[in-house]
Amino acid sequence: MGGEEEQMDVDHQHHAHVQAKKKEPWVDKYRPKKVSDVAYQTEVVSALEKAMETHNLPHMLFYGPPGTGKTTCALAICKQLYGPELGKKRVLELNASDERGISVVRGKIKSFASTTVGEGVPGYPCPPYKILILDEADSMTNDAQSALRRMMETYSRVTRFFILCNYVSKIIDPISSRCAKFRFKSLDGGTMHERINFIAKGENLQLAEGTLQALEHVSAGDMRKAITLLQSAASLFGPELTGDRIREVAGVIPDEKIEELLQLCVAGDSQKSQALAEDILKDGFPCLQILEQFGYYLADSDLLEDEMKAEICLKLGEVEKKLVDGADEWLQLSHCISIATIVCSTKPEK
Amino acid sequence: MHGGNIFVCVFLFFRLFRLFALRANFSSLSLLLLLCFSIITKNTSQNLISSYIMSLWVDKYRPIELNQCEHVNASVANHLKELVKDGDCPHLLFYGPSGSGKKSLVLALLSTIFGPGAHKTKVEQKTWKIDATSTRKIEVDLMTQSSNYHIEINPSDAGYKDRYVVQEVIKEMARSRPIDAQGNAGYKILVLTECDKLSKEAQHGLRRTMEKYSSACRLILIADSVNRVLEAVRSRCLPVRVAAPRAEDIEKVLYDIAAKEKLTLPPQLCSKVAVFAKRDLRRAILALEACRVANYPFKETQSVQTTDWELYIAQIAAEILAEQSPKRLLQVRGRIYELLVNCIPPTLIFQTLCFYLSKRLDDEMKHEVIRWAAQFEHKLQLGSKAIIHIEAFIAQFMATYKRKLISAFA
Ligand SMILES: Nc1ncnc2c1ncn2[C@@H]1O[C@H](COP(=O)(O)OP(=O)(O)O)[C@@H](O)[C@H]1O
Ligand SMILES: [Mg+2]
Repeated sequence: MGGEEEQMDVDHQHHAHVQAKKKEPWVDKYRPKKVSDVAYQTEVVSALEKAMETHNLPHMLFYGPPGTGKTTCALAICKQLYGPELGKKRVLELNASDERGISVVRGKIKSFASTTVGEGVPGYPCPPYKILILDEADSMTNDAQSALRRMMETYSRVTRFFILCNYVSKIIDPISSRCAKFRFKSLDGGTMHERINFIAKGENLQLAEGTLQALEHVSAGDMRKAITLLQSAASLFGPELTGDRIREVAGVIPDEKIEELLQLCVAGDSQKSQALAEDILKDGFPCLQILEQFGYYLADSDLLEDEMKAEICLKLGEVEKKLVDGADEWLQLSHCISIATIVCSTKPEK
Repeated sequence: MHGGNIFVCVFLFFRLFRLFALRANFSSLSLLLLLCFSIITKNTSQNLISSYIMSLWVDKYRPIELNQCEHVNASVANHLKELVKDGDCPHLLFYGPSGSGKKSLVLALLSTIFGPGAHKTKVEQKTWKIDATSTRKIEVDLMTQSSNYHIEINPSDAGYKDRYVVQEVIKEMARSRPIDAQGNAGYKILVLTECDKLSKEAQHGLRRTMEKYSSACRLILIADSVNRVLEAVRSRCLPVRVAAPRAEDIEKVLYDIAAKEKLTLPPQLCSKVAVFAKRDLRRAILALEACRVANYPFKETQSVQTTDWELYIAQIAAEILAEQSPKRLLQVRGRIYELLVNCIPPTLIFQTLCFYLSKRLDDEMKHEVIRWAAQFEHKLQLGSKAIIHIEAFIAQFMATYKRKLISAFA
């Protein structure tokens, strides 16, 4: 019947169709190219621009929550100082996805830091030093950091270190005290809306009413998260987006369900509250997500006294730890809901 | 599960046989064994068993194309179609409870991207030789299922060596990139099932390799519990939530299967099976097949048989409630041990025990049961010997329950 041949043909067509077209992530595509384009971080930006005018930068430590422009700033500085060509030679960027154990610090980083710089190129300031960017430095071990510290001392003449992290406390003292520190703030709603609108225009997206608010809400000041969600939603649902579609890709539980859950707990109906909690879990929402939203909702609710809230939140914290340890989601969730029901039904005695 | 090896399967098969031979009637015995086994092992080993022994409905009636997902996950399937319409896809992470149809969606997605060739798979036991350090070489054996376009592995089968496997497989895939007629390099897809069971190190390694080889391969990760997937990995994937189907939708699927098998399925029985399934489609289809084996033509009043291990646990629960004493604890311990040697996962024992104990208790005691179960199951994750923690839970429950009974009668 020639079935085999036909089959081959079909395969072939499909094959030709499937090429590795690399889609650039929007977070990179829409990364501000200049320091002055970084929004909202006004103090940081003006301080950095002043420092760049002198062409003599100190070692720097950027810290703040994720998606607030730390990496963007570091990359923009390099671009402005060296331009695209020389930048390849003068800048080394290592982030958490690169191996950065102590052996790498002693090998790769050391050899980069110790080499002398060559000629500059016309059109760019090209100060006579190299820049080493250590992104997401919180994940480096203390040993690796100590080794790094020695290098900062030895090679500071020819190499500047930019250390980027979420928490300064995770960086050992001797390093942070050698750096000029810059704190990045969580972005506010207005800035996020502006930026998202800009991207939506560039990508021909139609954002329905409420989309921006949903993005702002679920990403909580993390611009990277907002942009990634926008791209995910667009690739999954096409260019017409709504708040619900954003919430769907973000894996957020509808508020009504959480509200109902809390009301059942307050009513002391353990059977129904357990059933609902299990139902939400079966809808595929991760237990941690349920607890997190439940916690937020609880904190704002006026159905409960403060002491009761505190008691439940204490339990939420405990359970979160257990989940991270790998405990079963259903058992932990049931336990939490059971505690919430008990707490709500025993009126505090004064 | 360590379902990598057919010998293990056969061995377990006989173990189960011994355990349940006493109570199942003989004609349905082999199927029931298979059923209860498939419920537990789910992914790889289930495929194995079915391809070696017989084809179960759960496999026979998997949707082959995204278009065929009519009753369950229809909207997800539609969005996936939209996603891959230009032939490319990002890294994907499918998550949702077991039996919600993640694996079927993935397989359907593959054939939508690559055409029917994606379903021509072969199963093989592969050995990788990996340089762990410059001085030490290690060998890892793993079952793979692959077509020309994709490879599917369950890396958690490799135990503590999982991190080497993940990186090595991806490297190898990058080396053997498919080339199309125009000489363009294409990509392959690596499907990692149960990626929530991967160690932290393996997941970190995964993240590195994901970025490095992103042009040569796409990853599809499948996880029951997305919390156990590192944020760093999650943020590099497009998350796809797969909700467990509701009873109504399960019923539609059951009717479909019945029609294809040319059976008449009474509505009453159908809804009974759907409710019994507790939103787990696999459980529903397996139960329907068990009903078919037990009795055909179907009777409306026919009972849906619970799997044997579940009955066994229900019985244990009844024994615990009947008597609380060191002697009874010892007896129960023996039974729990029997379940464990037959590869019933300890967490499942906790859940099921908890369910059957709660069923017959008042609210106050229900809280106690869940409290202790949650506590001891957590300890189990930190420890290593399951029997100790399960026994501790039962002892704790007995003590609490007895105290309550005494105070009630005093
Ligand atoms: N202050 C900001 N102004 C404009 N865009 C921003 C800002 N902060 C973050 N972004 C956007 O978010 C993305 C991630 O920012 P990044 O600098 O990598 O964050 P991090 O602080 O975690 O290093 C970038 O692509 C950028 O487009
Ligand atoms: Mg960053």
